[in-house]
Formats: sequence, structure tokens, C-alpha cells
Amino acid sequence: MNKKLSKLFWALIAPIAAILFSLIFVSIILMIKGAAPLSTFQLILSYGAESENIIAELNQTIAYYLAGVAAAIGFRMLLFNIGIDGQYRLAIFIAAVVGGATNLPTFLELPLIILTGVVVGALWASIAGYLKVKRNISEVISNIMLNTIASGLIIYLLQPSRLGLKGKNSDNLATPMIPKSGWMPSIHILGGELYSFAFVAIGVGVLYWVVLNKSVFGFNLRATGMSFRAARASGVNAPRMIFITMALSGAIAGLTGMGELLSSTHTYSLAFPTGYALTGLALALLGRNNPIGIAFAAFFWAFLEQAAPILDLNGIPKEIVMMMQGSIILSTVASYEIVKRITRRQQQRLVGAVDAPQVVTEAKGDKA
Amino acid sequence: MNLAIELKGIEKNYPGVVANHDVDIQIHKGDIHAIIGENGAGKSTLMKILYGMVKPDSGSITINGELASIKSPQDSIGLGIGMVHQHFMLADNATVLENIVLGSEPIKAKVVVDYAAARAKIEKIISTYGLDIHVDDLVSDLGVGERQRVEIAKVLFRGAEILILDEPTAVLVPQEVDDLFKNLKELTQNGLTIIFISHKLDEVMTIADNITVMRHGTTVAEVKPANTNKKQLAEYMIGGELPSPRLASTKPREEKVLEVKDATAKDRTGREILHGINLDIHAGEILGLAGVEGNGQSELIELIMGLVKPDSGSVVTVGLDTKEADLRKIRDEGVGYIPQDRQRDGLLMAAPLWENRILGHQETAPMSNGMWINKGAAKSDSERIIKEFDVRTPSNDVLANALSGGNQQKFIVGREMSGDPKMIIAAQPTRGVDVGAQAIIWDHLIEARLKGTGVLLVSADLDELFKLSDRIAVIFRGSIVDYLDPRTTTPEQLGLAMTGEKIA
Repeated sequence: MNKKLSKLFWALIAPIAAILFSLIFVSIILMIKGAAPLSTFQLILSYGAESENIIAELNQTIAYYLAGVAAAIGFRMLLFNIGIDGQYRLAIFIAAVVGGATNLPTFLELPLIILTGVVVGALWASIAGYLKVKRNISEVISNIMLNTIASGLIIYLLQPSRLGLKGKNSDNLATPMIPKSGWMPSIHILGGELYSFAFVAIGVGVLYWVVLNKSVFGFNLRATGMSFRAARASGVNAPRMIFITMALSGAIAGLTGMGELLSSTHTYSLAFPTGYALTGLALALLGRNNPIGIAFAAFFWAFLEQAAPILDLNGIPKEIVMMMQGSIILSTVASYEIVKRITRRQQQRLVGAVDAPQVVTEAKGDKA
Repeated sequence: MNLAIELKGIEKNYPGVVANHDVDIQIHKGDIHAIIGENGAGKSTLMKILYGMVKPDSGSITINGELASIKSPQDSIGLGIGMVHQHFMLADNATVLENIVLGSEPIKAKVVVDYAAARAKIEKIISTYGLDIHVDDLVSDLGVGERQRVEIAKVLFRGAEILILDEPTAVLVPQEVDDLFKNLKELTQNGLTIIFISHKLDEVMTIADNITVMRHGTTVAEVKPANTNKKQLAEYMIGGELPSPRLASTKPREEKVLEVKDATAKDRTGREILHGINLDIHAGEILGLAGVEGNGQSELIELIMGLVKPDSGSVVTVGLDTKEADLRKIRDEGVGYIPQDRQRDGLLMAAPLWENRILGHQETAPMSNGMWINKGAAKSDSERIIKEFDVRTPSNDVLANALSGGNQQKFIVGREMSGDPKMIIAAQPTRGVDVGAQAIIWDHLIEARLKGTGVLLVSADLDELFKLSDRIAVIFRGSIVDYLDPRTTTPEQLGLAMTGEKIA
């Protein structure tokens, strides 16, 4: 029990230290700007905690969480999936098109739309996976290019002459509406509408943890991420594992934004946000690839962003929140490294205690 | 007598552990003074004390006749002590010159690095001591031996007169060791003093003027090579008589665990690297594979494991044709693999020991039941290995990278032997481990042979080959050039065969 507590302590100390550091950093900036740090934080906290905002934050958390888990899977394989952005937008777009073109009973329509997103995300990511494994092309480069290609593809296909429609009251292009059978109900809570897709996100988190930590497949994945050569020598088809991991990361990226599509917009338009890749990567980093850690990080992120506009109303630039996020990411990286070094030194001391001699009463008679 | 260093009554305690006590050493100027001992005997702590990285609790250090107080490596460097670490600390994408001056750049006009002066000084060092490096080469282009010479030059550039070399030969191949020894002789002839840390008795006997043996944190013997022999040194090191391995006189069995017939293999560039290999290993047999490193040993291992497919001929490993079976299938059929580069190929360094126990056995019982990892089995079997192979670790939760090299290797050997494999491929199984660990590893290889395991023992250690092998195959430039019987062959004949000479 004691060991577990100390493990938890060392797992939590890094993000807490990072957040503290960032608060101090932002406080200094605020003071330079002539604003009182404490009351500013108070403002963010109380506005973010208002009930109607909490629901908006939770809905945003779902998308951030899935992007974070998608990034975390990649990280376990030392893959930097910056293609989450393109994977998610293309996936949601095609899912919306498929949903708009079909009208099956709900128990078929919903899985069809969700599955389409998963498959499209996986396929799009596997292009980068294939290039990485077969042609040794960095997944960062190929994914950045694939993001751009995805954008172009979506705009091309969204033209009214192809798959898209022009909105009635606006120039905004969108896919045809998904019929009611493809709508996912929201949960009425705290006077707001919480996407029930939250349950899918929780399921993904559980699945992520169980598969990675308990299954042979997860062991092979982590082993390949830790040491390609050792995994290969142990009989793992390491290149195939890299390919599969990239596809898996894309599959989960394909679920990002699904809650919004199924419970809110019911159509894909260019209003869907971009930039989930960077957010996802940051959250995986902050949450240390841990499914619960990422959940907290995602909520924290959504909370900050939801609360940011109140600052402008009080004459404080809302970009303060971005500075906070940025400094948290930077200091997280640093503090994890420090914690890693401390714990490693602790272990080495423990090993030293059994590996080093403990006999002191050795006779020195045999000295030549 | 002219003493470069005199250590008296050095003691260092860590919480709960005595790392050094009653250490007395006298090192003469111009000597190569070897300090030997098992892993954990206290050599490293002592060197850290001398280099100012650790402060002793008591005792005195006298350098060149003057009592010294060394509080930091800077003090130590100021006293003319330099340390060449086992793992090189060089910037790959900088030149030799840049690496050497880094951190102690000669400055002119207060701001500019005086490269011309540095270059002249380094060139002088290189020519004086015959170091054979070129100042303008990129470090990334250099081999291991050259990198080590850069490290030595770096220390000399800082004015060191006493050099500490921490296991300098661990990373070198035999020819490079010879070159290093030539350099060391050159250095001492020019009046420098060298402290040579090692646990390789052969080398110590060859190179040292004086040998201090450490055990359990203290100095137990000081001898000259002329007055001792390897057996006696080993006994000082382990504090008792060394068990000498003996092959039981059981005959290898009829069935074969490996059949390689006329196999050729090409490397990635399409060049043929293995030519017409014929190699059989029977159950219950240890086949030694002798050869100078780089003559096709690693390619042969990859061929046997199915990582490389034969271009012609056939390879049947534990009854599976490697053209059809992948490595997973071959390993699950019962092949243990002790890789030469244990940290890269044998371990997940950032994972705990119990997870490392699973590695290689992740898809077979009892480590897994098809889909799921069996953590309980992995933990309890790690405990078994830790006990049976004397792996010094507080628990199976410790990360692999916290263990010393010898203990890592014992754990790997234990893992690869579990489940009574049909065949074990052991590549340099005792390289870089101390004599205690070596004895344990040898014992277990012999025991595996008794149980009917076929062993391919790839080794550059002739002693090991002679002690363990039933037969010795000699590989030279990608071909098996000879089969020798260790009972009727002399080391000289084997050495000759390794260079491609046919024994009449």
C-alpha cells in the first residue's frame, strides 16, 4: 500500500509542479500588465465553474480526451501523430456523408456512422504508417502533408455539385443533414445538454488501458515502443506493430468530434474546429499517456478555454490562458524528466544496497 | 620511491551500505596500475572518490607526495587527474578538435577561441603519444577505438598526468585492445601514470605493472603479474576457489535442433555475406562458434532465427524451416536467445524486471494465456530467476536499467533458459561480466546441455570455447572453415584457424 502511495505521489508531483510553475509565471506576467493575479485566477475559476459553462466544458472535454488518447497511443510507440487533425476531419466528414445518405434504424445507423469515422481515421493514418514502415519516412512529415491533403479533399468534396450542400441562410458549405435515426440523445443535466458520446469516450479510455497494460498485443506494442530491437529479437514483428499502432491512433482520432456531429450539428461543415492534433499531443504529454491523467488534462484545458472570454470583459487579455497552457506544457516536460531522474536514482540506491558488499568484518589476512 | 597516488584508510558509507573501507593503495609514478574486482567490489566508488565525484567519510589521499583535498572533479583535474569514462562523452556532429577543446577552450583576445593554439597543442599530444587520430575528422565517422583515443586526448589536453581508465576494453574488439595497450605503454614511457580498472584477468596480466584486487569494498591483495597467475587473481576476487566448469561426459543425442544446409545469405546491399554454410547442432550438445568478430557471426545468428532468409540452401531451426516460419513461431517452438548487445536486444531498459521476464515468451504459457499477460506468473518466475541466478536486486519491480551489467546478463540468461528450450543461441554470454557471474552463467549452460538443450555458443573468448564446447566450428569471412575438437586442439591452433589458416 505504501509503495502504491509513493508511486501515486511521484506520478502526481510532476503535473502539479508544472501547473504551480505556470501559475507563478502567469502571475508575473499579470503583475507586469498591472492586473492582480489572485483575483484573475478567481475570475477564471468562478466563471468556468458556472453550471452552463461546465456542460460546455464537458462536451469539449470529450473531443479533447479522444484526441489525447489517440496521441497517447502513438506516444507509446514513439510515434508523433500530428495527423490527428486531418484524420479526425476527414473521418467526421465521411461519417457525416454516409449518415446523411442512409436512413437505417437507430441501432444500425449510429454504429454505421461511428464505425465509418473509425475506419476512415484508421485508413488515413495508415498511409503515414505505411510510408514510415516501408519507406522510412518520418510520420511527422507525412502526417503534416496528409493534414493539408485532407483539407483540400474535404473542400473539394464539399462543393454543392459533389457531396456538399449550401446552407439556407449562409454561404457555409455542409454535408446533408443526418436523419433523426442517426442522432444521439443528449443527457439533460445541470441545465445543459451533455453529449451521451461521453460514454463512448469513457469506453475508449478503459479499452486503451486494458489492452495496453493487460493484453499480449499491448505488451508487444509497448515493447516495440521501448526498444524496437529488443522487441524484434523477442519475436515481435516490430514494423507491423508500428503500422498497426499508427492505424489505431487514427481510428481513435476518427472518433474525435463525433459527439458534436451526433448530438449537436448533425452535419459536417467547415465550422468544425482545427488544431486537435496539437491539443491532443499536449494533453497526452500532460496526462502522461495515462487514461485518467488525460481525462483530467482534457477537462482542465476545456475549462481554461471556456473561461477565457470573461477575462476580456474585465480588461485582461484572454491570451493569458494560452500563455498558461503553453507554460504548463513546457514545464510538464521538464518536471517529468526531473521526476524520472529522481526515481531512477532512488532505484539505483536500492539496487546498490543489495549489489554492493555489506560484509564489513572481512579479515584482511590474505593480503599478499 | 616515487608515488603518484597514495590512498590510506579510505572509507565511504552509504545509508545501510559500506561501499569502501580500509582501502590502502600505493600507485607508483609511470606505472600502469590495475585495480580489479567483481562488479560491486567498490572499484567505481573508489574512482569516484579519487575523481572528486564522491567525498570519502575518512582516510587520506596523497597526490605526488602532498596531502590532497578533492572536493570536485575540477579539483581533481587541477591535480592532474583525468578520467576516461567507459561510456564515451563525445558530441557526434562535431570534429575531434572541437570535442577535445570543448569546456576548456584556449581563449585569445578575451573572447575568441584560439583554435590555432589548440590545434598545435593537440597535434603535439597526438604525435607524442602516437594516438593516431585526425583533428578534423567528424566524431560520427570514427570507430570505437578512435573515439576512445579522442577521450584520452581530451584528458591529456587538460593536463592530466594520472589517467583513470574505467573498463576501457569493455567496448573494444581484440585488435583495438592491442592498439590501446600500445598507446598506454607509450603514455607511461612519457612519465604518465595510469589506473586501469578492469575485471578481465587476461588483460590485466598483460598490461599491468601492479595489480590491486578489491573485494567487498576493500583492498585484499596487491601483486605483480610476474608473481601471480589468473587462477590466483580470480580467487582473490571472489574470496575462494573458483569452480571450474567440466562438461559431463554425456554424449549428444541423435536428434538435431539445427540443420543448416549449403545456406548462403545476402546483406541489404545484395552482397553475399554467408557462403555455403553447413552447420548442425544436436540436442544435448554445445557447439562453439569461434571467429574474429565481424566474420559473419551476427548474420549467421539472424539466419538461424529466421530474421534473414537463406538465398539458397536451407535452414531448419528446431524442426521449422525458416523460409516458412517467422521468428515468433521459431521462438515459441523453444529457442532461447542471449544477444551480444544485451541492453539493446535483450532488455526493455525502461521496464521493470518482471515485464522483461515476459519478453520473448509473451505468447506462450505461462507468461500469457493467448490474449492476456499473466502478471502473477511473470512476477513469481522473475523471483525464481533472481534466486537461481543470484541477480542482485531488491525486487522484481526495479527497472532493468538500474541493474549492473552482470546482473542484467544473469537475468537474461535465466529468462532464456526458462521453459527448457530446445535450443539456445548464446552470443558472447559472459562478455563484460565479472567472474562470479561468469561461473553462474557457465554452470547453467552446462546444465541446459545435460537436460538435452542444443547450444550455439558464439564467443570471442577462447577460454570459454574450450571449457564449454563439445565441438568448435570456426567461421572466417562468412564461411565455416573448420571443425575442431576442443580436447585435441590447442588455443594456438584455434587462433590460427580463426585467421583463415588451415590446420594440417
